[in-house]
Amino acid sequence: MDPEAAKLIGAGLAAIGTGVAAVGVGTLFGHFLSGALRNPSAAQGQFANLIFGFAVTEALGIFALLIAFLLLFT
Amino acid sequence: MANDQAHQAQGGMPDPIHQFEIKRHLDLEVFGVDASFTNSSLWMIIAAVLVSLLMIWGMGGRALVPTRLQSIAEISYEFIAIMVRDIVGASGMKFFPFVFTIFMFILFMNMLGMLPGAFTATSSIAVTASLALMVFVTVIVVGFAKNGLGFLKLFVPSGIPKILYLLVVPIEVISFLSRPVSHSVRLFANMLAGHITLKVFGGFVTMLIGTGGTLAAVSIFPLMMAFALTALEVLVAFLQAYVFAMLTCMYLHDALHPGH
Repeated sequence: MDPEAAKLIGAGLAAIGTGVAAVGVGTLFGHFLSGALRNPSAAQGQFANLIFGFAVTEALGIFALLIAFLLLFT
Repeated sequence: MANDQAHQAQGGMPDPIHQFEIKRHLDLEVFGVDASFTNSSLWMIIAAVLVSLLMIWGMGGRALVPTRLQSIAEISYEFIAIMVRDIVGASGMKFFPFVFTIFMFILFMNMLGMLPGAFTATSSIAVTASLALMVFVTVIVVGFAKNGLGFLKLFVPSGIPKILYLLVVPIEVISFLSRPVSHSVRLFANMLAGHITLKVFGGFVTMLIGTGGTLAAVSIFPLMMAFALTALEVLVAFLQAYVFAMLTCMYLHDALHPGH
């Protein structure tokens, strides 16, 4: 296979990871919201945990995106 | 970058990696170590000077009814003080200056990077890895200084069957050692990927306009996307500084109270 083509296919495969991270972020905010709607007074206290979970989950998607970019542009 | 120009002449995309190129402004070598003054150093110094100016100038008045600048200084102080008190605990307040410095420094580097033409110092792994290693070494030193060998309890969680220690202790050790890696790569990758994405969408606009005709009219869509992404990037720039400071707090909590 042409190495250039292999690079592009690899970048596409790596980008799947961002989609999976999107599922994680969606689950995170969905569950936070369903919990927050049941007990709105407790929601404020969990905000830091929410942001922490978001950052950790989102970082995994960003790692995948980074690999895709590195394959594409270097 | 002759390669890049040739690529662009063929109607290709402008190279989005180009913005992260380190340029030397002043060649310098200290004891055989390359310590040149680069654009990265320049923007780090600008960030440090701006933070200092904000805090010194903002708090210079010490007015009872704060001015706008003083409000910014007070709000950022309160924001981090509450976080340190919540996560590290009241005994951790002596680490507040450390966490606050890290937060403001990263926040300003990230935000300055959003200016057109500016260099994002946090988009190089060398900068973020240095910051993460600084936190890592601080945690180890403080942990052993405070608890002695009791710090090793961090790797031995209580309340599990003895046989599981064979499995859990190596996992805990590996997770502890991989902290500086994930800590630094998270910030670096977020800034790098965000800026590349912005450049890629900017590249779509110029490519579409370059083709002319109907396609040039379509270029409004990637432009709108780039606009939205810029807003997201400003949010990410703040969020990543916050997360870096928050993880620092969590690691310091582990150093002070390794038992739980």
